[in-house]
Amino acid sequence: MRPAQFLRLWRIAAPLVVGVVLLALWELVVRVNSIPPYILPGPLAIAASLWTDGPSLLGSLLVTLRVTLAALAAAAVLGGAIAVLFSLSRVLELSLFPYAVILQVTPIVAIAPLIIIWVREPFLALLVCAWIVAFFPVVANTTVGLNSADRNLLALFRLYGASRGQVLRYLKLPTALPYFLTGLRISGGLALIGAVVAEFVAGTGGDETGLAFRILEAGYRLAIPRLFAALFLLSLTGILIYLVLDFLSRLLLRHWHESAIEEDEE
Amino acid sequence: MRGIGKRFRSGVAALAGIDLDIGGGEFLSLVGPSGCGKTTLLRIIAGLIEPSEGERRLSLAADGGGPMSRGRVGFVFQDPTLMPWGTVADNVLLPFRIAGRAGPAERERVGAELRAVGLAGFERAYPRELSGGMRMRVSIARALVTDPDLLLLDEPFAALDEITRMALNDDLLRLWEARRTTVVFVTHSVFESVYLSTRIAVMTARPGRIAADLPIELPQPRERFLRTSPRYAAICTTVSNELALAMAKEPPGDGPSPQPSLRLRGEGGTREAGG
Repeated sequence: MRPAQFLRLWRIAAPLVVGVVLLALWELVVRVNSIPPYILPGPLAIAASLWTDGPSLLGSLLVTLRVTLAALAAAAVLGGAIAVLFSLSRVLELSLFPYAVILQVTPIVAIAPLIIIWVREPFLALLVCAWIVAFFPVVANTTVGLNSADRNLLALFRLYGASRGQVLRYLKLPTALPYFLTGLRISGGLALIGAVVAEFVAGTGGDETGLAFRILEAGYRLAIPRLFAALFLLSLTGILIYLVLDFLSRLLLRHWHESAIEEDEE
Repeated sequence: MRGIGKRFRSGVAALAGIDLDIGGGEFLSLVGPSGCGKTTLLRIIAGLIEPSEGERRLSLAADGGGPMSRGRVGFVFQDPTLMPWGTVADNVLLPFRIAGRAGPAERERVGAELRAVGLAGFERAYPRELSGGMRMRVSIARALVTDPDLLLLDEPFAALDEITRMALNDDLLRLWEARRTTVVFVTHSVFESVYLSTRIAVMTARPGRIAADLPIELPQPRERFLRTSPRYAAICTTVSNELALAMAKEPPGDGPSPQPSLRLRGEGGTREAGG
């Protein structure tokens, strides 16, 4: 086996082995100490709950996922647009960027109740909350990217009499793409967190209940295995979002950016 | 092609009292120690920065002496300065794309230019897949694709190894001999400048000025074996001596000597034009 293949195998196998060992230890500790399931259920009990409550939990997951994805899309589009506006006007950037920071550092838990009062439509209220959490990395990263264009290339564009639009389109936007994608990967996780936090605050989101509310509900009812099952689904979703965005990033940058180039290619 | 006449007298700290006329079809090298304002001068010639004093005039036969129009100047930087996200063909097509015409005719030109610099078949490659010398060739192709009247090169081969550098020198000579584009070439290598040029301007630092202006009378076309001829060696010695002389004349490092800077715009702080 070549070293590269070996490495690739280990990249998958090693964390898997650690995971299995940890789960086994967990089950062992629960059984040996006979910890009741309403305090700490073992992995097997959680798996059983995942099996029985799975369909209804998946329905709730879909509700949360819809908010998350809509918020992520809004973060990508609006965040990108804001960054482009910033790059076009220094005045705009200087006057608005601090407010973007303020929006970012204010804990969403603190302002979510207000948003839920102000925005009547429940889905929209959740979306706004998740968006506030998710948009900043896109704006911050893309702004840096748009300002990182190679000085000599800028000079070259000037030499050939390029318009501002052309500089943006042919030089600044491609330069900013890797930065934007990095921001988006961070935003993916944050959008999910934002959606969950908003659901916690909002309680039931209208007729449909998201996964976060199911976690709350399971907690109140001491259905701890179900709580863990919901948590598991939530983590899985987060990982999945990250992997999809990572794949997208590699796909878009595969030809030219160092981050997307396979190590053993050269 | 009939060429260019140009004259400027710039007097910031970086450059002082520079008079320079560049004739059409010349291959002029600017040689000098680092920090002598070679690059600044080149950028002024390109119109990328404005001189704070004096005037820069470009007259082009085709334009009836009007201001330099787009695509008349090609510029090659110290680094290849390619767009990593674009293929080789995309990069060379850039001047046309900016001019708003990137049709089949222009793509044809790109292909021809890549063949001319020895990169046929690399159209679809990305810059990161190429060696340093090949990237520089792409950069040269991009500068030449618009068939400019004036080609400016700013120490283009400084970062390359000796072998690649010699190959690129020969290729640049061949390209120039075929087209007789006016070339201004910045370098700190005396040997390179003598091999390539029809004329060498030796520059000194603080403030940058032209210390000597030497025509290089070597046979053309120039071939590889020229590098070992006694004539070539003699001219190299002459240029080296001029350079040493110019650097010896430089004011010693006492007193407030203004640092050469690209950004200095000449409000005050200018020196008496001399040189």
